[in-house]
Amino acid sequence: MAASAKQSVSGDIVRGALLASFSKMDPRIMVKNPVMFVVEIGFVITLVLTFFPDEFGGNYGPHEWIFNLIVTIILLITVLFGNFAEAIAEGRGKAQAEALRKTKTDLTAQRVKADGTYEIVAASMLKKGDIVRVEALQMIPVDGEVLQGLGSVDESAITGESAPVIRGAGGDFSSVTGGTKLLSDELIIKATVDPGESFLDKMIGLVEGASRQKTPNELALSVLLAGLTMIFLIVVVTLEPLAHYVHGSIDVATLIALLVCLIPTTIGALLSAIGIAGMDRVIRFNVIAKSGKAVEAAGDVNTLILDKTGTITIGNRLASEFVPVGIHQQEELVEVAVMASLFDETPEGRSIVTLGKEFGVTKARESYHDAENIEFSADTRMSGMDLADGMAYRKGAVDAIKKYVNNHGGQIYPDLDEKTDRIAREGGTPLAVVKNSELFGLIYLKDIVKPGMRERFDELRKMGIKTVMCTGDNPLTAATIALEAGVDNFIAEAKPEDKMRLIKEEQASGKLVAMSGDGTNDAPALAQADVGLAMNTGTTAAKEAGNMVDLDSDPTKLIGVVSIGKQLLITRGAITTFSIANDVAKYFAIIPAMFAQVVPELRALNIMFLTNSKSAILSALIFNALIIPFLIPLAMRGVKYRPMNATSLLMRNIFIYGFGGVITPFIGIKVIDMIITWLGVAHL
Amino acid sequence: MTLAGTMGILATIVIIILLSVPMGSYLYRVFAGGSTWMDHVFHPVENVLYRLMGIHASSQMDWKSYIKSMLLVNFVMMLFAYLLFRLQGSLPLNPDGIKSMPWDLAFDTATSFITNTNWQNYAGEQSLSYLSQMLGITYLQFTSAATGFVAAIAFLRALVNNKSRWIGNFWADFVKIHTRVLLPLATVLAIVFVGLGLPETLAGAARVHTLSGLLQTISRGPVASLEAIKQLGTNGGGFFNANSAHPFEDPSALTSVLEIIAMGLIPMALITTFGMFIKNRRQALILYVFLTGVLLVGTFVIYSSEASGNPLIGHALGIYGPNMEGKEMRFGPALSSMFTGATTAFTTGAVNTMHDSLTPLGGFIPMLFMMFNVIFGGKGVGLLNILMYLIIAVFLSGLMVGRTPEIFGKKIEAREIKLATLALLVHPFIILVPTAIALVTKAGTSSILNPGLHGLSEVLYAFTSVAANNGSAFAGLNGNTIFYNLMLGVVMLVGRYVSIIAMFAMAGSLAEKSIIPESVGTLRTDTWSFGGVFLAVVIIVGALTFFPALSVGPIAEYFHMWIG
Repeated sequence: MAASAKQSVSGDIVRGALLASFSKMDPRIMVKNPVMFVVEIGFVITLVLTFFPDEFGGNYGPHEWIFNLIVTIILLITVLFGNFAEAIAEGRGKAQAEALRKTKTDLTAQRVKADGTYEIVAASMLKKGDIVRVEALQMIPVDGEVLQGLGSVDESAITGESAPVIRGAGGDFSSVTGGTKLLSDELIIKATVDPGESFLDKMIGLVEGASRQKTPNELALSVLLAGLTMIFLIVVVTLEPLAHYVHGSIDVATLIALLVCLIPTTIGALLSAIGIAGMDRVIRFNVIAKSGKAVEAAGDVNTLILDKTGTITIGNRLASEFVPVGIHQQEELVEVAVMASLFDETPEGRSIVTLGKEFGVTKARESYHDAENIEFSADTRMSGMDLADGMAYRKGAVDAIKKYVNNHGGQIYPDLDEKTDRIAREGGTPLAVVKNSELFGLIYLKDIVKPGMRERFDELRKMGIKTVMCTGDNPLTAATIALEAGVDNFIAEAKPEDKMRLIKEEQASGKLVAMSGDGTNDAPALAQADVGLAMNTGTTAAKEAGNMVDLDSDPTKLIGVVSIGKQLLITRGAITTFSIANDVAKYFAIIPAMFAQVVPELRALNIMFLTNSKSAILSALIFNALIIPFLIPLAMRGVKYRPMNATSLLMRNIFIYGFGGVITPFIGIKVIDMIITWLGVAHL
Repeated sequence: MTLAGTMGILATIVIIILLSVPMGSYLYRVFAGGSTWMDHVFHPVENVLYRLMGIHASSQMDWKSYIKSMLLVNFVMMLFAYLLFRLQGSLPLNPDGIKSMPWDLAFDTATSFITNTNWQNYAGEQSLSYLSQMLGITYLQFTSAATGFVAAIAFLRALVNNKSRWIGNFWADFVKIHTRVLLPLATVLAIVFVGLGLPETLAGAARVHTLSGLLQTISRGPVASLEAIKQLGTNGGGFFNANSAHPFEDPSALTSVLEIIAMGLIPMALITTFGMFIKNRRQALILYVFLTGVLLVGTFVIYSSEASGNPLIGHALGIYGPNMEGKEMRFGPALSSMFTGATTAFTTGAVNTMHDSLTPLGGFIPMLFMMFNVIFGGKGVGLLNILMYLIIAVFLSGLMVGRTPEIFGKKIEAREIKLATLALLVHPFIILVPTAIALVTKAGTSSILNPGLHGLSEVLYAFTSVAANNGSAFAGLNGNTIFYNLMLGVVMLVGRYVSIIAMFAMAGSLAEKSIIPESVGTLRTDTWSFGGVFLAVVIIVGALTFFPALSVGPIAEYFHMWIG
């Protein structure tokens, strides 16, 4: 098995899957998979034929039961391989669900009674609307909204992220999840779910595959596979009369062998494993998809709507340039700017000090321990530092600094306005820098596009996905960032209604839209979008509205989800193509063997030079069974998706899985034939 | 094979292609509401017809009412033809005093002509009065072609609809295909045929004294008019038993070439029409190239196999050279092979050579073409089959590029696949199951005149031919028994209507879907690569199904002839 599959499949899972392979043979379960159900019926018939070779007429030789027995065993193994593939995919989910369930059991809650006192109840008794108190170091018993208090919460059980997060009443950080741990303070929480519907319950259901339903695409493929199975059933059933007419007879075990070889057992056996593994990949990507449908829809997305702040840009504006004004040189400006920001703890302030270092200006705080730090205030709109020797450094909004300079009798250089305008025009934020009354110049604060975003948008473009950036900035600023990040379009000064309108517009023209969001005001848009990825840090409303929740709260993961969705479909398509293409070689193995007695001329079709009829039929059947476990790792891992245009991707996959699917069985069947001939099975 | 023969085949196909493009564009203008230069002639005529029949030509139908009207009209016409055949003995225009048909043969014949199959379990000159030839046969040859054609047009409308269930008006379409396409073309062609020597008369069979003094009866009748629509409508049912091998149906190489062109014209033109409907001429080009490629390869396989002849005859009798058994000297191997390829590709069913006497490979190709049923195919229904395979090819390859598959902007979901699978399933079912039944029952086997492998090929050919609504036959099978009349009749009905209904239901669901705009992530179907995938799907899904049956039939015969 491939390394990646091995890592996540422990011995326990394999043992469980082995057992499940047998229990899944229950016809009531098998019937859900028509292709494999046909194989199972074939198995039962050949089993009967092993003990009563003449049950269905025909006159067989004395050793016919041996051949029938071997066919029976191979058919059994084929069914088991299929069940095993499904079980192992489920097994991984079950192991994860087990771990989650452990966090859920034995939780108790302090429920607030009508008279204001508390009672201890089991967490499973809590209903929607109940109010509970959680103290420091206690587990939060239920999903809910924080009504009172502020505390840090360890959500690692859900997200795998060990750094605690802050949760508090009001705002966008008020939702808490059952099964997480309060580390400090005390919270009063109102339960927002009834028992069995909590986030944790849903997650367990999802990873277990208990609530798994066939997705629309999987359903369509199942129909096609069932149709192909029907066609081959007709082909095989009508063969006996044909042979009969030319005075021959084909025994039932051989007909069943041909049928099983022709029907698409490879994809039939792996189809549900592919689906489960696809969902599993999403979960391991730390995203909870509420349905498989959502994951598939992600693969079809045409338009991606992304918020600028926090998604495309880092979120804080950072210093990117020093622009001196008047008679001043850059070096002087850098010196003054760094001094004005030395004690500034804001990200902007720190970025100025960092940029200063690049210009060779390094100041140690210790040297200025007697200096007085001037904090930013909304009133003055500037910050800075006053030294003991009376020197005053300030930086701040340009108009505020202008006023400050005027008040101190300083000079406003004529190029100041022009340079300020340039920065604003380019989408930056200008900060003016002054020492005492002398204006030195401007700091250019800029929205920084996250590293790698440009490349990601290029990839998306190759996939045919249009990206739209949403921002509250003015159109000028928005245009600059859009250009820098390489998004296809943007909406400036966007209000939540604008997002909604955009989604509806795109959908009206037939496109599928994905977006991410966290706030309550995003909820309607998340619900409207075809793929709505809600951040786990977001409000309950947002999480309810979206059809996926990102546990890491990283909006850029939307791009990864798209890839997973595509990969899911590609894997299905590739294995289906492979399965159907295999039929060519199987025909050449079985047809001449089958009619060897009746129409001896057909031996000319034995282009693989297989030993004899029996070894030809057995080799094809063994190949048909063995290819299933060979492809389990591929089904679990998924076919790698490469962003490229659809036609090149098609050609690539057709070459590997279509052309490969024609060639592989020729080689495989020949090799198996050589082995069983060497083992003497061919001449039993 | 000779150079002249090869060039002749290529030239004929080039002529069909060249004529089909303007024809296709004309059809598009007629049925997509465009204007044509003949409008001022046709409009008044059609308006009178509409008023007479109470048709509101501008009112729109959804798929259900469209197909209901279509099926109703077909049923009424079939009943009419059945009664005509049953009563022809007592009806006028029967100079040769031909008797009424028995019920089973009348059923088979009516079914055969209403389904555009034209399988003939009778010999025209002995079993049909002139009235039946004209009002039964020739009439249905117009309307069955028209039915297939309007079905394809309605499907195309559905394909380009954006969230609208209306796919045109059946009555208006049905009238227009007659007034603007079939009647004018057939009239012109019939006159040309008369000029080239085909008879067109209501006088009874001529009785002449031959040079040796014997009395000979020479059958004749309104042949030219039937011949024109027989080819134009991809019908294939001949006036005489010998079909186009009869010198009155196909007197010369020139008429034979004209007949091939006539049968290929509209099926090929529909590909152009299709390209214009979906506003993608490149798509049409790709289909032209791949389908013509298959047609040519098949035709040359027949030609080379016929030209090589039968080695066993060479060994036994010392006769070498082409296989001329069943061929007309005036046509020779090249034209006979071309006709054989064309008549099965376009599922016409007319023959100018006896298919039963073809070499094994020469007989294998026509069977294969009918099993594919998509090498341009019959009038209209051929395009529907092409679309069905396109949908399955798009579904498989769409998955492989990681998107929910879509065809021309419409998503293919479970419903479409369900219906396409049904249409796909029907064809092998109605070929293989009846073949098997015929081969295990006494009623089935007693009609087989040649025992062994070839007898099997004959039965397989018969059911393949009627399933594909082709109508050509391997002779050597006595089809005029109650068993075969009923079996073949039912297969024709199922082969015709089940797939049309399935495709219509799909049209209904496609029509109401919105069109997704194309992006680079969309799988383009108008590329050479996709054309290759389409062909591979047709071959693997379509033909491999029949591989076991074919191996016991023509493939075994082939090895038997060369190795055995």
